Formats: sequence, C-alpha cells, structure tokens
Amino acid sequence: MEFLVASAIGVLTAAGLYLVLRLRTFPVIMGTSLLTYAVNVFLFASGRLATGAPPILTDAERYTDPLPQALVLTAIVISFGMTAVVVMIALGAYLGADDDHVDDAPAGEDAR
Amino acid sequence: MSLFLIVALPFLGAMLPGLMNAAGRQACAGVTFTVTLLALVGLLTNLPAVLAGEIVSARVAWLPGLGLDVTLWLDGLGFFFAALILGIGLLIIAYARHYLSRDDHMGEFFTYLLLFQGAMVGIVLSDNVLLLLVFWELTSLSSFLLIGYWKHLPEGRQGARMALAVTGMGGLALIGGMLILGRIAGSYELSVILENRDAIQASPLYHPALVLILLGCFTKSAQFPFHFWLPHAMAAPTPVSAYLHSATMVKAGIFLLARLWPVLSGTTEWFVLVTGAGLITMVLGATIALFKHDLKALLAFSTVSHLGLITMLLGTGTAFGAMAAVFHILNHATFKAALFMSAGIIDHGAHTRDIRHLGGLRRLMPVTFVIATLAALSMAGIPLLNGFLSKEMMLEEAAHTTLFDLPWLVPALAVLGSLFSAAYCFRFVGQVFFGPVRDDYPSHPHDPGPGLWGPPALLVVLVVGIGVMPFLAEPFVKLVTAAVLGGTAEVPGAHLAIWHGLTPALYMSIVAVGGGLLLFLAHRPAQRLWDGTPRPEAKALFDGLVAGAVGLARRTVAPLHDGAFSRYAAILAVTVLAVGAHAWLTGASEGPSRTMQTPSVVHVAGWAMLVAAAGALVFFHRNRLLSLILIGIVGLMVTAGFVLFSAPDLAMTQLTVEVVTIILLLLALNFLPNRTPVESSSLRRVRDGAIAVAGGLATMALAWHYLLRDTVAPSISEFHLANSYKGGGGTNVVNVILVDFRGFDTYGEIIVLSIAALLIFALTEALLSGPVRARLLNRVPDQARAGGTHPMLMVIVTRVIMPVVMLVGFYIFLRGHNEPGGGFIAGLIVSIGFVMQYMASGFAWTSARLKYPYHGVIGAGVLTAGLTGIGSWFFGAPFLTSAFTYVRIPPFDKFELATAAIFDLGVFLAVVGAVMLSLESFSRLARRAHGPEDDYPMGVDPSRDDLPRTTEMGA
Repeated sequence: MEFLVASAIGVLTAAGLYLVLRLRTFPVIMGTSLLTYAVNVFLFASGRLATGAPPILTDAERYTDPLPQALVLTAIVISFGMTAVVVMIALGAYLGADDDHVDDAPAGEDAR
Repeated sequence: MSLFLIVALPFLGAMLPGLMNAAGRQACAGVTFTVTLLALVGLLTNLPAVLAGEIVSARVAWLPGLGLDVTLWLDGLGFFFAALILGIGLLIIAYARHYLSRDDHMGEFFTYLLLFQGAMVGIVLSDNVLLLLVFWELTSLSSFLLIGYWKHLPEGRQGARMALAVTGMGGLALIGGMLILGRIAGSYELSVILENRDAIQASPLYHPALVLILLGCFTKSAQFPFHFWLPHAMAAPTPVSAYLHSATMVKAGIFLLARLWPVLSGTTEWFVLVTGAGLITMVLGATIALFKHDLKALLAFSTVSHLGLITMLLGTGTAFGAMAAVFHILNHATFKAALFMSAGIIDHGAHTRDIRHLGGLRRLMPVTFVIATLAALSMAGIPLLNGFLSKEMMLEEAAHTTLFDLPWLVPALAVLGSLFSAAYCFRFVGQVFFGPVRDDYPSHPHDPGPGLWGPPALLVVLVVGIGVMPFLAEPFVKLVTAAVLGGTAEVPGAHLAIWHGLTPALYMSIVAVGGGLLLFLAHRPAQRLWDGTPRPEAKALFDGLVAGAVGLARRTVAPLHDGAFSRYAAILAVTVLAVGAHAWLTGASEGPSRTMQTPSVVHVAGWAMLVAAAGALVFFHRNRLLSLILIGIVGLMVTAGFVLFSAPDLAMTQLTVEVVTIILLLLALNFLPNRTPVESSSLRRVRDGAIAVAGGLATMALAWHYLLRDTVAPSISEFHLANSYKGGGGTNVVNVILVDFRGFDTYGEIIVLSIAALLIFALTEALLSGPVRARLLNRVPDQARAGGTHPMLMVIVTRVIMPVVMLVGFYIFLRGHNEPGGGFIAGLIVSIGFVMQYMASGFAWTSARLKYPYHGVIGAGVLTAGLTGIGSWFFGAPFLTSAFTYVRIPPFDKFELATAAIFDLGVFLAVVGAVMLSLESFSRLARRAHGPEDDYPMGVDPSRDDLPRTTEMGA
C-alpha cells in the first residue's frame, strides 16, 4: 500500500510538472492543480498510513496522526483560493490581450 | 517634559496640518507652529538640568534582543542642536506661511516639515545608535519629499532623487560603521560607546568603521567629493532650503562627527580624512559660490564651504578646534538662514534670483537690504558681527595646524577660502542691493510684509547681538563644547572676544577681507576666466553613473529574467531536483523500520484509476473540457484515498472543494479557447518530459522512503490526542487542532482566503470597468448555446433541496467538534447550495434574493473569529484561549457549549463569503458576455403567459 501511495504521488508530480511547463495558461493551471494534489497527499502521508484509525476519540487502541490532517485541510481550502486567483489573472490577461501564452513575447516583438 | 514627548510631538503633530488643510492656510501654519512651540517649550523645561551638567535620559525597551531600545538622552550638545532645530523651525514655519502661494498645498508641506523636524530631533536626542540610524534614514526620506515638494518642476524631482541617492548611500555606509562601532564597544548605547575610546581606537576594525561613518557624515553634510547634491537640492521651496540645507539637515553629519568626536578623533587617519575633506570643501565651495549667478546657488555653495570649515575644525582634534566648530555652527545657522530667507524675499519681490538681473534694490527694499547686508557681512567675517568671531577662531586654529608636514598649507588654504568667502559676500551685497536702480526687473521689487521679513530680522538681531556681546554666548558655547569633548580633553580657557590683540589670526583675517574686496572689484574678468575654464559637471557625472548602474543591472537581469514563465519553472524544478539529489546522495539513513501493508484489489483499482487519469490528462491536455473531467477523477480518487487512510475530515473537504473548483474552471473555460494548440517542439517536449519524470521519481522516492520509516523525532500529535478532549472539549482531534490548538494559524488562513476572494473581486471590477467590458459585450460565443438556460426540472430540484442542503451544512457544522465536520466543510457545503441556485435559476434571480453582500459575510466571519480570540483577553488569557462547558436544558440531552464553536462560526462565514465572492465574480464576467439573461428563472413555465419577454419579473 505504501508503494501505491508513493507512486501515486510520483505520478501526480510528474504529470503536474509536465503540464506546468506548457506554454498556455490553462494547462499550466491544470498542472498546478495536480501539483497541489501531490503536495497535499505528500504532506498527509507524512503522518504515515493507517486504515480504520480516524482521529476521532473513542475507545479505540490507536489513532492516526491528526496533525498532518489539520494542516492539509486548510491547505486544500487555501489552494482553492489560490487556483481561483490564478484563473482570474489568466482570464484577465486573455480577455485583455487576446493571448493566453504564459511567456512574454520574445524581445523585439513587444515593446517593454 | 519627557524626552519621549519632545521627539514624538512633531510626529504626532504631523498628522494635523494634512488633516486641517481644508481649514485654511492660517490654521495649517498655526497648528504647525503650536506643535513646534510645544516641543520647544518642552525642551526648555530641561534646560536647568542641562545647565547643571546633568544628562537627562529616558528609556523604554523595544527590541532588547537586537540591542535596539528607545533610549534618549539630552546633554549640552543634544540640547544645542534640538534648540536650533526647533527654534529655527519656528521661524521657518512663520516664514513659510507667507512664502507659499495659494496654489501650494500647505497641509502637505507642513506635514512633511514636521516629519522632518521629528526625525532631526530624534537624531540629536538618540542614545541608542540603531535608533539614531532609523531617524537618520527618516531625515533622508522626509527631505526627499520636501525637496521634491513642487512636483511639477523637473529640477525639483531630479534634485530630490539625487539627494536621496547620495544621502541614502551614505546612510547605508553609516549603518555598517555604527554596527561595527557597537560591536567593538559591546553596546549600541552611545553613552557606553563614548566611554570606550581606547578599545575602539585599538581595534583592527577602527579603520573600516571610521571610513564608513565618515562616508555617512560627508554625504549628509555635503563634503567633498559628495558636495554636488546640495546645490541641486536648492530647487526646493526657499523655506526648505533655509531649514534643511543651511540650518539643520546638513548639520546632521556635523552633529555626528561632533557626537563621536571623543572616540574617533585624535588619530592621524581622522585628522587627514576629516581636515583634508573639510579644507578642500571649504575652498572649492567658496570658489564656485563666487561665480554663481543664482542667489540660492551662491548660498548653496557658500553653505558647502562653511560646512567644510566646520568639518575641518572638528578634524584637527583639538579642544579649541571643537569649540570653534561649535561656535561656528551656531553663527552659521543664524546668518545663513537669514540669508536664505532674504533670497526668498528677493525672489518673491523681484521674481528673479539671478544676480545679473538685480541691482539697486537698496532703495526699493530697504528692510531686506539691512537684514541681508548684516547677515552677509557677518558671513564675510566683518568685526562686530558673529561670523567674524568664529572665523577668527578658525584662522587661529588653522595657524596651529600642520598637514602633511607642511606648516603653511592649512593656514594658506584657510585664508584662501575666507578670501573667496568674503568676495562672494561682497558680491551678494554689492551686485544685488547697490548699483543703479534698474527698470527691467521681471516684477516690481518691494519690501514684503513683516510676516516674511520678521523671521530673518530676528536672526539678524542674534547675529549682531552675539557679534557685539560674545561673552553672553560664551557659557553656553563652553557647555556644548564640554559635551562634545566628553571628558577626553579640558574645555579651552580662551574667551570669546572681539579683540584678542595682534594675533596671526587677525592678520589673516585682514588679508582675507582685503583680498576679498579686491577680488570682488575684479569680479568681471575673474568671471570671464571662470566661464572659459572647462570643468567637470557634477550632475552629468552623477547622471552618467546612475545610467551606467541601471544599464549594468539591466544587462545582468534581462538574460535571466526574460519573461518566459515556462523557463523559470524549468529552472526552478531542476534546481530543486539538484539540491534534493545532493542531499540524497550525501545524507545517510537507516533501513526501513515499518512493514508494508498489503493492498487489496480495490485499492489497486483506485490507484490504477488515479494513475490512468493523470496519465490521460497529460496526453489529452489539449482538449480542455476533457482534461477537466480527468482532473475530477483524480480528485475523486484522492478523496477516496483520504477515506481509506482514516481522514474523514479531509475527504469531506476535498470532495466539496472539488465541486467548487470544477465549477470555477468551467466558468473560466467559458471564455478561454477550448483547445490548446500544438506549439512546443518535440525536443522541448522531451526535455519537459525528462524534467517531469525526474521530479516524479524524486518525490516518489522521498515519499516511499519516509513511509517505510518512523518519524525521526516524536510527533507533537501525541499531545494533541491526549489533550483534545480534556483541554479542548472535543473528540474530533483534527477539528480541535484547527479551532483550538492551532487556532491562530486557522485565523490567518481564513484571512488569506478572504484576501484571495477580495482580490478576485477587485480584478473583476478592474476588468469590467476597462476595455475588456466592451470586448465582453461584443463577444460572440464560440459554440452553439443550449436553449432553455434554466431547465424546469433543475430549478425545482435545486429549490426543493436547498433547505436540505442548509440543514446538512448546519448539522455538519454543529457536530464538527466531535465528529468529522466543522466550519470549513460546512461552509463549502452551504456554498455549493448557493451555487446550485445560481446555476439553476440564474444570476439575476439569485442576486435579487441575496440579503447580505458577500464582502459583508467575509468581514463578519473574520471579525467573529477575531473577536472570539480577543474575548479571551477579558479573562486574562492569551489570544484565542478557548473555554467550554456542558449544559443541560430539559428535555434535551446534555450538550457542550464551547467558545471554539464561535470561532468555527467565523471560519464558516469566511469560507462561505470567500467561495461565493470568487464564483460570483466569475459569473459576473459571464453575465456581461452573454448580454441580458432570461428574465425568467424558468425557461418554460406552464403557469405563465409566455409572451412579453421584456416584462420585469422578480426583482
């Protein structure tokens, strides 16, 4: 199971990185979303993996680590805010200049 | 009055003139005057203690860990400067009231002036050198504002920038020097530093410290080779020139030289550097001044020259030199401020400051003539005026000073400087006031009202008073001198007197004045000679230097920072990988300590779906709608993973965030192209693929590594698990961590989320008010639109389940403390409920039913959370301490009341507000794009006579 999680993190990171390196805004946003998943799962997994041991206090013997969960919970919500801002900026740039490239035009074509 | 108050008064008062600008010019000037007067009176209440030789001090700890405390002290030297600053400040304020025209924003001027005044007083009263440095930088900044006060004048802006650049650079050097000094002395308190003369002068760091501090002082006090900024700063209004550039700010460097005199002076290096720079500045400034035609430029260079004189005196390192310097600071402040104000009066009356266009003003402006002439003659060193006394002391000191083993060098240069000084003074008087009355003045010159000539007249009274009765000033000058010497030398016994007998100084003085007179008479040929001599132009050199630095920076940065985001991302990824690889290869770790858990078929299937979706996303990312679906699958699988690995809270959060994110991306995709074109070369794709695979393998290896090992140090989670119920009153440990143990973090996080939402709102507003608006209105959708935007079935279903959604949200919120749930999740669920209404019934219908704007909801959330935290202060507990109790109201079961729940309510509100504000902003763009939407919330409604489509319904 540990291998599955680790490899899932790896796959998410690889796919995210590849998309982040694309030239248009939309795939880059997709890439950052994938990277967000990867980072969140990575952080979450730092509490190690435990099944059937939620951090809800009962008579149970063991609980999984609650701290990474609390960190990741806010991270998920904030990453929504971050995605929304990036999308808004991308949209504004596209609507304003009719261009959704993430890179500036090479010098010469466009006056700074 | 407490020293704190004296320093704080100008700062506090600085707000008043700006606020009172609408109340009129008189009120503005009046309040500024009153504030300054209060500070001056407060200073004078400390006079008896200072006269008694005590040192008044005040201290409050600020950042003791850094050695930075607000410690102030007041001795003779500090008192002298503070009195100069506040006293001349009063006169300047009165003068500026009448000088500024109706078009000038007076409140702004006086606000800057008071800021400057406060910073200056701060410098001279600081005991802590770090505090002094703070004030030092503040004077640079406020003088920048004052010099550039006339924003429409390019000279003003350029002069301000040059002054800031030069004094700012010097300030940086000074910071270095002072830190070294504090390091050697082991304390940043001046009073301690001043007692460590031997340790400082013996230290190997003495030389770097000395050079750095001198750089700071010389730039501030316009000493050669940094003298060039001062004349350019004269583009400022005349009151500023009179205040900053003659009486106070340029004396800050001199002040620091005097302040540090006990520990720095007396060495050869000090002598050569300070005296040398002073002498050069004195002669150079005086020479240039003679040939300037602008009255203010003449005075500016003469100020440079006199500052050089004072610097030279401090450089000699003798007690007599220090006394002469102190005396000349006083005298120079009186006559030079009066001269500047006179120049302002002439400018005011004749509308020109060019000497070539003036002359004969003696008859037209008799009052100004008397004032300016007395001040100028004092500057020239004519007996019975105060300038004569200190200048003779200077010559006396110069006669005993030997530089570079050449006994004649210093006296000769001192006489030369005085000679030019006398010559330009004679020129000032002779070519402006004497000569025939002309008929081609730009304006008819006349004496102004007493509001303008009163302040300089008062100063001239001092000029004559001290000049005739120097013995009155003697005790005070000696007191200040004693403070400068700081016990390292005896205060000289020499007296301030007009007649010292036939001393060498007297002969030198006679030579200087006589020579000056001859030079004045020969001014015309001398000017021709001067004009014909090529000279380096300081401003051109400076501008060239700045342009060179800018060019260098641009050439360095441009290749690195070329605006290609994908390149930055690649560089960043490779760098992180390289650093990680280095750590991986050089670090050591132990073998696995945990055993691997066996996955079931379901687990493998979930993993396979996630991997397949992520892989497909890469291959099909050009089809944007498809990629949204694929990323949705990834999100679902991550959620399932959270469920599996005992994280119900995370699963609920991820699921709800997933929903709003997809809606948001759909809204955005509405405007963006539906496909991503193929642009990058295959080589580039291979490169990116290599980086991506390397990054993926690295994170996988890292995760794999730590998943098989136990934590290096015990986790603090044990504490949370043990205290969640006992201390926080909740059994859902994740929620208790969020709202209690780490409530402050959460508080910060909801604020970040709120700011993000407000940012989106602001961006939307900016877009909709700019050219994008027209573009959106004219936009033709690139795909056919579905008919019936509001299907009846969806409208009815969403309305019916709305109360259910609210109920679920409420339930999730309430149980959050003990079971999975809480403010974040409940907020997201309720948001989804709202979004459903928007989607089904349309923007207009939903907005019309909205009672509270989302900004208000955000604000209410953050405030609720914040006030809950503050509430604990009333019980003497730190911010966000939580409390809980159990109550029982029959017939209900026992239940818990916790302050954490109120905090969670704040979180809930902030999340709802932020999510809704973001989505609403996006849909407002969409609304613009598609023109007026259907008037009816239902596309087809059998109960409605469906003909008049223009009738307003609902709102």
